Amino acid sequence: MDFDASCAQCAACVFLCAEGIKGSEGNVKQEKIPLDQRRAPIYEALERFRRMRVVPFDVPGHKHGKGNPELVAFLGRQCVEIDVNSMKPLDNLCHPVSVIREAEKLAAEAFGAENAFLMVGGTTSSVQSMVLSVCKRGDEIILPRNVHRSVINALVLCGASPVYVNPDVDSRLGISLGMQREQVRRAIEEHPNAVAVLVNNPTYYGICSDLKAIVKMAHDAGMLCLADEAHGTHFYFGEDLPVSAMAAGADMASVSMHKSGGSLTQSSFLLTGPSIHAGYVRQIINLTQTTSGSYLLMSSLDISRRNLALRGKEIFRHVSDMAEYARSEINASGGYYAFGRELINGDSIYDFDTTKLSVHTLDIGLAGIEVYDILRDEYDIQIEFGDLGNILAYLSIGDRPQEVERLVSALSDVRRRHGKKSTGLLTQEYIDPQVVTTPQEAFYAEKISLPLDETQGRVCSEFVMCYPPGIPILAPGERITKDILDYIRYAKSKGCSMTGPEDPDILHLNVLK
Amino acid sequence: MEFWFSEFHTPDVKHSIRVGRHLFSQQSEYQQIDIFETPEFGRMLVLDGNVMLTERDEFIYDEMITHVPMAVHKGIRDVLVIGAGDGGVVKELTRYDRVRRIDLVEMDPQVVQACREFLPANACRLDDERVHIYFENGLKFLRSCENEYDLIIVDSTDPFGPSEGLFTREFYGSCHSALKEDGVMVNQQGSPFYAQDLEAMKRSHMRIVHSFPISRVYQAHIPTYAAGYWLFGFASKKYHPIDDLDADAWSSLGLRTRYYTTRLHRGAFYLPAFLEEALLEVE
Repeated sequence: MDFDASCAQCAACVFLCAEGIKGSEGNVKQEKIPLDQRRAPIYEALERFRRMRVVPFDVPGHKHGKGNPELVAFLGRQCVEIDVNSMKPLDNLCHPVSVIREAEKLAAEAFGAENAFLMVGGTTSSVQSMVLSVCKRGDEIILPRNVHRSVINALVLCGASPVYVNPDVDSRLGISLGMQREQVRRAIEEHPNAVAVLVNNPTYYGICSDLKAIVKMAHDAGMLCLADEAHGTHFYFGEDLPVSAMAAGADMASVSMHKSGGSLTQSSFLLTGPSIHAGYVRQIINLTQTTSGSYLLMSSLDISRRNLALRGKEIFRHVSDMAEYARSEINASGGYYAFGRELINGDSIYDFDTTKLSVHTLDIGLAGIEVYDILRDEYDIQIEFGDLGNILAYLSIGDRPQEVERLVSALSDVRRRHGKKSTGLLTQEYIDPQVVTTPQEAFYAEKISLPLDETQGRVCSEFVMCYPPGIPILAPGERITKDILDYIRYAKSKGCSMTGPEDPDILHLNVLK
Repeated sequence: MEFWFSEFHTPDVKHSIRVGRHLFSQQSEYQQIDIFETPEFGRMLVLDGNVMLTERDEFIYDEMITHVPMAVHKGIRDVLVIGAGDGGVVKELTRYDRVRRIDLVEMDPQVVQACREFLPANACRLDDERVHIYFENGLKFLRSCENEYDLIIVDSTDPFGPSEGLFTREFYGSCHSALKEDGVMVNQQGSPFYAQDLEAMKRSHMRIVHSFPISRVYQAHIPTYAAGYWLFGFASKKYHPIDDLDADAWSSLGLRTRYYTTRLHRGAFYLPAFLEEALLEVE
């Protein structure tokens, strides 16, 4: 049955009205015939297209690269030749009916989802489409505070209000963990009209909440469960990894294929379960997604999905093995603590993603961000991020054991040369936000710029975050407290890259008048 | 029939050697290993398409990387050799009676196997009782070593291949702590002539300068390497490569060499102006 766009209430009712609408409304159950995961329809169509030697009188204007030889010299002919526009043989991302639709069906099957959408605006666009699909102005959505900024940005767009669940914090490591079941239960009880619960699966550090239990709690309360799986693509393919959102019964998931999945930067998948009306989600995606979807990105999704479907198990076993090896070598070298499954506590650390290599550095007297800088400046090693107490090295499909040896040896050399007694370092603490107004109200309200020192007690109208990992210290609509100001000054002094505010040096903040 | 082996020294420069027979070809876990029979250079070991050694000119490399440190530091007994699976460096080292232990750390057992079979003149001393072969990653091997060796010889492939890790700060730092307080490290520094090679050479020299109080570069002429011009690095905690050279002591050992002499030893450290300049930039 088609979605009726003329029904003004559909946006909400498709998901949230009577129980009966979910599931039966959008999706006619069909017998599923297994697809051939060795196929890559977009890639195959591009190969056919290349052989046809079509003369382009359409965009892009570089015309298979002929108009921009310097670009061709830099990126290579192969690459530029397939940077083409939507056309009948190549389908159209906004309204896929042929090869893109087939690629989506293959992806849905590979991920165990009802539907999959190819996304070309990063996982940010997947997360935003996911949130915009379920929330509208005035709705409440339950979130862990350590959400990615893209979630709160979506709330600025749609006008929903966040209900934050304070994630547990590991006081030794100074990192925020997953949500405790009891806290989610309480948030649901206190906000029975909330439309959805969003879960990070996993966090940047590889920590998972009890997703199955949270899905059940949400569903029992008539809410949807959404998963930010920016760091969880491999859960769908590897063995002995935490449960994936679709397997746990979540309703939607944003999967950053370009992180652990190996596709090109900015390409991503949005997955939906059986209760979600695919046509409506497509409309939401089309509100903000480009009408000129890049075939470089789309083919990279197609080829990477095929690779993972066919070889994912062995690939991620290899990645886990390398990470485990690095953990044991780093822990044996002394000083550092590379944490792993021993952290699991049955609740706020319900599971741990063993492909993540996070290392606690404070015991050698260096902040994570300092080790991060030393590794880049002196050892030519770029790692994913350093926060106040930890670094995270991202291991993936593309790593080989010899690079892991370099990283391990570099860490032990850093300790030898720079290590000192561990004293006087403030660890990263989760600061309880005081939400005064919705992100949207605050974002669009009348505001003034005040020097940082004079902002205590005011309501902030912009984001402040430490990047990476891009988790807000302040979001629009929140009160600025002394703790928050102390944290901002400390993180700046340690060289964290602070982003968000209009003033790039963060000497001033915009606050509500 | 024309049968030639070619190696690109830069994308725009090709060095070709006529081949008689292709004796061996195998893809190992780490690299493509080939051995050719050539009319001009004899047998030739090639890794990932790059010439590692030929029977005709390997003596230059092996002598220069071995005798220079041996003539400076008279107390060398415990030696670590990293790379060098062909056995050429070990062959030179075993000529010294005072050496009591040679630990050879080579990542790729198939290189050693191939050289034993097809380059016996090089690999002939790998079975010397002082030699212990470890098939392991050099970085990993070094992490657990402290104050153990008098000399470390780094006989790696070029910095763009599987030996990349042996041109890094973490590697030189680990070498420093694996050496005794008067230890010496000698490494192959690549060719300084073509731009990309020069850049890599400067970077690794900079890493060594940061790790060792004494760090000097010396040169040799090796026909089958890029531009026929090759550099070595001499890094040490105590000995200066020229001031501490004891020419008489070395000569009294009576070792016959074909390239190395104690006079050449001094001369090898006198570098052309462009190279002095390039090194100064990073020192």
